[in-house]
Amino acid sequence: MGKVTMTVNGRARSAEVEGRTLLSSFLRDGLELTGTHVGCDTSQCGACVVLVNGQAVKSCTAFAADLDGAEVTTVEGMANPDGSLGRIQQAFQDYHGLQCGYCTPGMVMSTAALLAENPKPTEEEVRHYLEGNICRCTGYQNIVRAVMAASGQDVGALAAE
Amino acid sequence: MKDEGRITGAAHDSVIHDSAIKHVTGRAEYTDDITEPVGCLHAYIGTATVAKGRVTALDLSAVRAAPGVVAVLTEEDIPGHNDISPTGLNDEPIFTRDVQFHGQPLFAVVAESRDMARRACTLAKVSYDRADHATDIDAAEAAGYPDVTAPLTLARGDAARALAKAQHRIQGRMRVGGQDHMYLEGQIALAIPGEDDEMTVFASTQHPSEAQHMVAHALGVPANAVVVNVRRMGGGFGGKETQMNLFCTVAALAARATGRAVKLRPDRDQDMEITGKRHDFRIDYDLGFDDSGRILAVDGLFAARCGWSADLSGPVTDRALFHADNAYFYPDVRLRSRPIQTNTVSNTAFRGFGGPQGLIAAERMIEEIAYKLGRDPLEVRRANFYREGADVTPYHQQVTDNILTRLVDELEVSSDYQARRKKVLDFNAKGGVIRKGIALTPVKFGISFTATWYNQAGALLHVYSDGSIHLNHGGTEMGQGLFTKVAQVVAEAFQVDLSRIKITKTTTEKVPNTSATAASSGSDLNGMAALNAAEQIKARLVAFAAEKWGVAEDAVQFLPGRVAVGADIVPWDDFIKSAYMARVQLSAAGFYKTPEIHWDRAKGQGRPFYYYAYGAACSEVSIDTLTGETRVDRVDVLHDVGRSLNPALDLGQVEGAFVQGMGWLTSEELVWDDAGRLRTHAPSTYKIPLASDRPRIFNVALAEWSVNPERTIKRSKAVGEPPFMLPVSVFEAIGMAVASVADYRECPRLDAPATPERVLMAVERLRG
Ligand code: FES
Ligand code: FES
Repeated sequence: MGKVTMTVNGRARSAEVEGRTLLSSFLRDGLELTGTHVGCDTSQCGACVVLVNGQAVKSCTAFAADLDGAEVTTVEGMANPDGSLGRIQQAFQDYHGLQCGYCTPGMVMSTAALLAENPKPTEEEVRHYLEGNICRCTGYQNIVRAVMAASGQDVGALAAE
Repeated sequence: MKDEGRITGAAHDSVIHDSAIKHVTGRAEYTDDITEPVGCLHAYIGTATVAKGRVTALDLSAVRAAPGVVAVLTEEDIPGHNDISPTGLNDEPIFTRDVQFHGQPLFAVVAESRDMARRACTLAKVSYDRADHATDIDAAEAAGYPDVTAPLTLARGDAARALAKAQHRIQGRMRVGGQDHMYLEGQIALAIPGEDDEMTVFASTQHPSEAQHMVAHALGVPANAVVVNVRRMGGGFGGKETQMNLFCTVAALAARATGRAVKLRPDRDQDMEITGKRHDFRIDYDLGFDDSGRILAVDGLFAARCGWSADLSGPVTDRALFHADNAYFYPDVRLRSRPIQTNTVSNTAFRGFGGPQGLIAAERMIEEIAYKLGRDPLEVRRANFYREGADVTPYHQQVTDNILTRLVDELEVSSDYQARRKKVLDFNAKGGVIRKGIALTPVKFGISFTATWYNQAGALLHVYSDGSIHLNHGGTEMGQGLFTKVAQVVAEAFQVDLSRIKITKTTTEKVPNTSATAASSGSDLNGMAALNAAEQIKARLVAFAAEKWGVAEDAVQFLPGRVAVGADIVPWDDFIKSAYMARVQLSAAGFYKTPEIHWDRAKGQGRPFYYYAYGAACSEVSIDTLTGETRVDRVDVLHDVGRSLNPALDLGQVEGAFVQGMGWLTSEELVWDDAGRLRTHAPSTYKIPLASDRPRIFNVALAEWSVNPERTIKRSKAVGEPPFMLPVSVFEAIGMAVASVADYRECPRLDAPATPERVLMAVERLRG
């Protein structure tokens, strides 16, 4: 056991953790941030993606103990300061980029990382970037539309390409 | 801006999913997110490591001694019945010593943490007296394995005689693969013991009432002692219809044994190793037709890998036969099912429920005719569509709403099928490495549970004295938007904004004896039950208003946000308040049962389906004849949902089903090794479509002119399953691209899934 301190969604959080505690468990069980979902436990589905120092990370494959001093953002930290939906959240809602919603937090976080790197991605780039995020419900169409909308691009043109 | 003349969120509006905001903020609560009760323990299941045999010794001493272990459960620790067979066949023990598949549950460990329980499981010492196993249909047949349940025969006319004198006759065999559900949220149950014999279970289940009965059965208590709750699932697709019975009962048994709350969440690998999947089929067909391409007779044998127990294999293989005609008239026909036992997971419901495996056989036969006669398959399809005078199905139900011709004609034009087919043919004529294919295929899908008694639903509706409404029904939400649609129906009935309606979790405490949310029937059944409840309350309100204001009942009208009583206009909230003060009952239990359906399985005759849903898709693909790689270049879909309750949600269902169906037919392959182990038990080895696998161009439209001729909820049609079969067009287009290497002289006879490997093998085979 060791003490780890990180900034989660802007707040400093400390806890005693075992060396093998995964970041996903640290967030879900320790901090009760259950928006970070666990779909596969093994780094394959992307439901558990969070931002660590601005980078998209699969939290089921990162150890909390390794992240002392890190800045972590989860889906719960994506709203605007006044509590209204953030740009990406708003787009996923408006463009029906979700059905069961289990993949949604990971999709939102991966989108945040993508748009930070590449503010105006092409559809092809979006689809490629999201390869690490599985969605079994939507067929991805509305997810891609939501990402394009969140980047301020014209969504109407998508279907015709 | 809100239009005063209209409520927000009425039926037929494209409102967002009711949980959308909770999903994007991470506040939507799934079973694993529920705050665990103090002292909550965690269970894990220990499984067999042989595919068939008897457990001769089960030494669990090291398991019991492992750190954190509180209890270990085996078949001896079940106070009630050791069975979770959903059809009452008594063939599905929770724990066993008679192993029938690799991965079968033998025992469970209950420990202070999930990690401790998982680790302890690995310490079991199990000895087996092994027996020979059979994991696939051919091996099971060779070993003389029985059917897991009674097979079905559908027949009309004399198929043998008609085949013998048909101008053309083709016999063939097709293999169609299974499919893992790969719901993103895995199976999970949390059981909390209560007073006396009570047990409360939170689970990710499509069928709370069945889970309730299974738990009661296993605990040896009456159903009234057990409550099962589910607010939402992270996907179901049929995989949580019966398959969570195991997890619910084990969690409940563990909770009973320890007197503490117990949570059970298998990891993804165990989830895939233990739970049933879509049935794979081996289909033998004997087909007679004439020079014009008209089908004269069909004889088909549909063998399915059912796994070790019956589960839902009876109704699944029945539905395969019900859809083995797809949209085509077979003048003389015999269709038989063979639900054969195998030493694999017990296959189960999966979107389409056997229908897709039946339908794809019909489309294969169309291909056979087209290649034999050198015709465009679309022409052959048209020649065989049900039409007046040729409108009776193999199960003797008459098809009366022949809208498929219109649907296909419209899609043929909007997708520019003819010109593009010509281009594809010209392209292939150049003989390059890349070949193209195009196909336009229809879907006709029967709506209703074939188990007639399942076609019932209940709802519970309260209007509180402040005018807010609490809605509950027996359907479950797995992302399909059922709760949103039913709430829209209620909003429309009372003419209040959707925001006035609170949608609540599904619980056996509020609505009893519900059916699974399955067979695409969720909105049809629960929407009607909720409407029935609303109508009851409305009738009481009308009677109250007529009396109080001294007007005729027809002078009372529900307007947006208000009620007109004669010349008076009363705001909704005030109206409800005065009804409450006048002691009007503002709560109602609604009920619905689908009319007109009946089915005599022994005779193979009846009207199993209330109505049909239709659709058609045109897909164009490219294949690389050196690697077998496939790319879907363009898809156009025109789909029939009647008068859509929510076009945005319905479009989402069509798109999602299409991509899922494409996965089934192109990339998702289940592999069992010689030892009977499933080797594809995680997304790393089992490939579902990714964001980059989609069609390059994907145009999806709803047939806006369609109205359900039957009196369904707001004249809408079911949408969950029918579009799953649209990607048969992708599969057939791949076949055409393959066939081009032999100048279309031969039917490509692809088996599904058409993985790159299979495509390549087919290319090699046709090249000779
Ligand atoms: S749970 Fe982390 S990638 Fe699936
Ligand atoms: S919405 Fe269900 S997995 Fe994406």
